[in-house]
Amino acid sequence: MNSRSIIGAATPRKEGRDKVTGRARYIDDLNFPNMLHGTTVRSRIPRAKIKQMQFGPEVDWNEFVVVSAQDIPGANTIALIENDQPCLADRIINHPEEPILLLAHPDRHALAKAGAAVSIQYQPLAAIFTIDESERNSEVIWGTDNVFKSYLIEKGDVDKVWAEADYIVEGEYFTGAQEQLYIETQGVIAAFDADRGVTVWGSMQCPYYVHKALMALFALPEDKVRVVQTETGGAFGGKEEYPSVIAAHAALLAMKSGRPVKMIYDRAEDLAATTKRHPSRTRHRTAVTKTGKIIGGEIEFVIDGGAYATLSPVVLSRGTIHAGGPYYWPNVRIKAKALATNAPPHGAFRGFGAPQSLFAMERHMDRIARTVNLSPAEIRRRNFLKPGQTTTTEQIIREPIDLEKLLDRALELSGYEEKKRRFAQEDKDGIHKKGIGIAAFLHGAGFTGSGERYLNSLACVEGLRDGGVRVLVSSAEFGQGTNTVLCQIAADTLGLPYDDVTITQPDTAKVPNSGPTVASRTVMVVGDLVARAALEMKQTLIGAGLLGEVYTAEEFRLACSKYVAEKGELRSMARYEQPPGIYWDDEKYQGEAYSAFGWAVYVAEVTADLTTYSVAVDDFVALQEVGRVLNPVLARGQVLGGVAQGIGFALYEKVEWREGRMQNNQMTNYIVPTSSDVPPIRAYFEELGNPHCAFGAKGIGELPMDGPAPAILNAVEDALGIPFDSIPLLPEDIFEAIAASAGHGDRDHSTIGVR
Amino acid sequence: MSKKAAAKHEISFKVNGQPRTVHAHPTERLLDVLRQDPELTGTKEGCGEGECGACAVLMDGSLVVSCLIPVAQAEGASIITIEGVTADPRWGRLQESFLECGGAQCGICTPGMILATVHLLEKKPQPTMDEIREGLSGNICRCTGYGQILEAVEEAARQGASP
Repeated sequence: MNSRSIIGAATPRKEGRDKVTGRARYIDDLNFPNMLHGTTVRSRIPRAKIKQMQFGPEVDWNEFVVVSAQDIPGANTIALIENDQPCLADRIINHPEEPILLLAHPDRHALAKAGAAVSIQYQPLAAIFTIDESERNSEVIWGTDNVFKSYLIEKGDVDKVWAEADYIVEGEYFTGAQEQLYIETQGVIAAFDADRGVTVWGSMQCPYYVHKALMALFALPEDKVRVVQTETGGAFGGKEEYPSVIAAHAALLAMKSGRPVKMIYDRAEDLAATTKRHPSRTRHRTAVTKTGKIIGGEIEFVIDGGAYATLSPVVLSRGTIHAGGPYYWPNVRIKAKALATNAPPHGAFRGFGAPQSLFAMERHMDRIARTVNLSPAEIRRRNFLKPGQTTTTEQIIREPIDLEKLLDRALELSGYEEKKRRFAQEDKDGIHKKGIGIAAFLHGAGFTGSGERYLNSLACVEGLRDGGVRVLVSSAEFGQGTNTVLCQIAADTLGLPYDDVTITQPDTAKVPNSGPTVASRTVMVVGDLVARAALEMKQTLIGAGLLGEVYTAEEFRLACSKYVAEKGELRSMARYEQPPGIYWDDEKYQGEAYSAFGWAVYVAEVTADLTTYSVAVDDFVALQEVGRVLNPVLARGQVLGGVAQGIGFALYEKVEWREGRMQNNQMTNYIVPTSSDVPPIRAYFEELGNPHCAFGAKGIGELPMDGPAPAILNAVEDALGIPFDSIPLLPEDIFEAIAASAGHGDRDHSTIGVR
Repeated sequence: MSKKAAAKHEISFKVNGQPRTVHAHPTERLLDVLRQDPELTGTKEGCGEGECGACAVLMDGSLVVSCLIPVAQAEGASIITIEGVTADPRWGRLQESFLECGGAQCGICTPGMILATVHLLEKKPQPTMDEIREGLSGNICRCTGYGQILEAVEEAARQGASP
C-alpha cells in the first residue's frame, strides 16, 4: 500500500466496527463486583444558607453510604481555574442544583426514595438570574462586583472615529443557553484502595483535568490518582469540565464505602444540573463611511457564567477575540465581562464563546449593509481582513487567505444572487416567504495566546514486540475521529499501512499528558506531536542499523520487533514547541492569539411559514478553509454535525429558566433537530494548508458551530423584512414581531445617527 | 427485599432467537432487563422517555423503544437487539455502510439507528430519501447532522443490504 494515500483518505473509523455492531463498551455497560450505585442530593433553592439537614425515618439509613462535605480529605473544591466551586456545599447554596450530600446503595432503585427522604432547611438569600441584574449589582453574589473576569482590547483610537463617520450603526444581540445534549449522559465508576488511591473510569474529554481535580480533593500525589476514559457517547464541550464533578462525587462514595461506585445521571438530572452554553448579550456601535468601510467601533460582550467561575474566563476570552469577526478594524475597543448569576455554572460547548459574539457580528453586518444601502455580500467584501492586515488583537494575518474568493465561491455554490432577486419578487403576499442569508467568520485553532505553551503537551509513539505501532496520548475519542486521524498521521509518517497503527485508550497511568481534547487542537497540535514522535522513532531504527532509509512495511515490523527484543522498549516522545515569532501579551490582550485560523462563508436559505410562524431551512452551503483535510468523511461529518447543532441553536433549542433552574429538562420539551428538520447540508473545503502542522491541517471541530445561526437569522430578515436579533428564534417570537409590526412597518429603531 | 422478590414474576420471551425466562417485576423496563445480560449492552439508554430512539429494538417485527416497554408486555414476544442484527449475516452490508459512510460518530445512537434501518428495509428494501428520513425521524443523533447516516442507509439499500 502506498502510505502517502493514508493522509487525505477516508480510512475507516478505528473503533467504528465496535460501534456499528453494538460491541463498544460505554461506562454504563460496565459493572464491577460488589458495586454500589450513587446519587446526588441537590438544593432546590437558588441561594440560601443551609440551616439543618434531617434524614427521614421512612428509610433504613444503615443500608446507605452517606457522604457530606465533612468527608472530603483534601480541599472542598473542583479544581480548575479559580477553585471557587465546592465539591459539596456545606454552608452556602449558590444555585438550585448545588450538590449537598451523596448517597450510595447496592440497588439503584432504592436511591430515589432515599434522596427524597432527606430534608434540608434553608435560610433563603436574595438571588439574581439575569445579566442585567448581575451587572446592576442588585445583589452581590460573587467577589465584590459579580465579575468573574473582564477583558479590554484597544486598537487605534476609537474616540476619534465618531466625528469622521458617515453612519453610526448600533445594535444589541442576544443568544440563549444551549444544552450539549450528548446522547450518553454523564457517568463514571470510581474505586478506592488505600494503597493504590483513587481510580475513575468514565465518559470524558479531558482525563488530566479530572486527574488534577481528584488530586486536590483527596490530597493525593499524582501516582495515587488514575483516570481512564471509556468510550464516550458525545461530548461537544459538555464533558470538558463537568466530569470532574461527577468523578469527585463517585470517588468520595467509593472511599467511604470501600466498594466501587457507579454514578450515571438520568437525562433529567443531566439537563438540569450540568453545564450549558453561556447566554450572552453583545452591543455594537460602529462608525462606517458612506462607501461602507468600517472605520472603527465599540463592542461590548457580556456572558452569564452562572454561580461559579469554572471555565468562564476562557470562554469569555475566545468570544472576545472573535467578536470582530473576519473583518479589518482600523480602530476598535472591545469590552468584555463574564458575570455571576444563581444558575448552575455555564461551561464549554463547541465554539466556546465564539458562536455568541460571531452571531452578533454577523447580524450587525447585515444591519450595517441595510443602513449604508449595500448588499450583505458587498458590505462584507469591503471590510474583509486581508493578508498583511491585523486583527483586533493586532495579529498580522500571514496566511494567504482570500476571503473575497471564498465569498464568491459560496455565492456561486448557493446561487445566492439569483435567489435573492427571485425571493424579493415572489410571494409578496403569500404564506410561504423565502429568504437567503450569509455569514462570514473565522475560528482560531488551539489554545489562545500563550495557552499551548503553558499546556506543554507531550505525545508518545511506541513500537511493539509484534512489530506494530501504537499512539499514546491523552486526547480522547468522543465521535470526532481522534483515534482515526492520529493513527493516520503516525502510519503516514512511518510509511506503514493504517492497520499497523493502533491507539491506546486514554489512561493517566499509561499515556502522557497531551493536553485536553478541546479547542479544535487535537489534529493541529497533538497530531503534529504524533508526527514528530513517529519520525523520531523511525530515525531511531535507522540509527540502530535495523532499517534502511527506504523500507517496506514488513522490514519495519521486523526492525521494530528486533529493537524491542534487544532493548526492552521502543518509545519516542515529542513535546510542544511554540512556532517561532509568536508574541502574546496577556495584560493588553494583544498579539498572536492563534497560530492558525479556519475561515468560512456559510449561506442559508429559509422558508418562513406565516400560518405556523415556523422557519424551515431549505438549503445550506457550508464552505470553509481549514487547511488540509486529512480524512474527508470525518471532516465532512464535523461540518454536517456542527451545522445541525447551529440550526438547533438558531431555531429550536430554548432553555426555559425559572429562578435559575431549567424547567424543560426533558427531551420531550427541549427540542433538538431531527432528521426531518435538517436539510441536505452541502459542505465544501478550500485547502490552503498550514505551515504549523506536519500535514497542513488546522482545527475543524468548532468552526461549523459559529456560522449557521447568523446566516439563518439573516435569511429570516431577508424573508420577512423584520430584523430578529435574539436566538433561539421560535414561532411565538415571529408571531409577536409580526403582530407588533402590523401598522408600524418594519422600521429598525436601533440604527441612529444617520447623516 | 423480600416484598420485592414476592412481586417478581416469571416472564418468557425470545431474544435474538434464543428463548429466555427472567424473574422480574412486571413494570421493570424491557431496556433494563435486556441490559442485565452483559452480552446485551448494545441497547442504549438516551432519555428514558421514548424521545431519542437509542434503546430501539424490534418486538415481533415492530420497532419499539425498550425504555417504555414494561417487561410483562414482552411475554411470548420475539425481540431482536443490535446483537441479533450483528449475528445475522444478512445485515453485515448495512453495518459496513454505516462504517464507510460516516454513519457512526460517537456511536451511542448507532444501535438504535441500525434497528430503525432494519425495520425500514425489511418493509421497503429500496426506500426513497424521504422515506429514509421519515423512517429514522424517531432517532436523535447529536453528532452527524444525519446526512451521513441517511447516505449510509441509501448506500446499503443500493447494494441490496436487505434480506
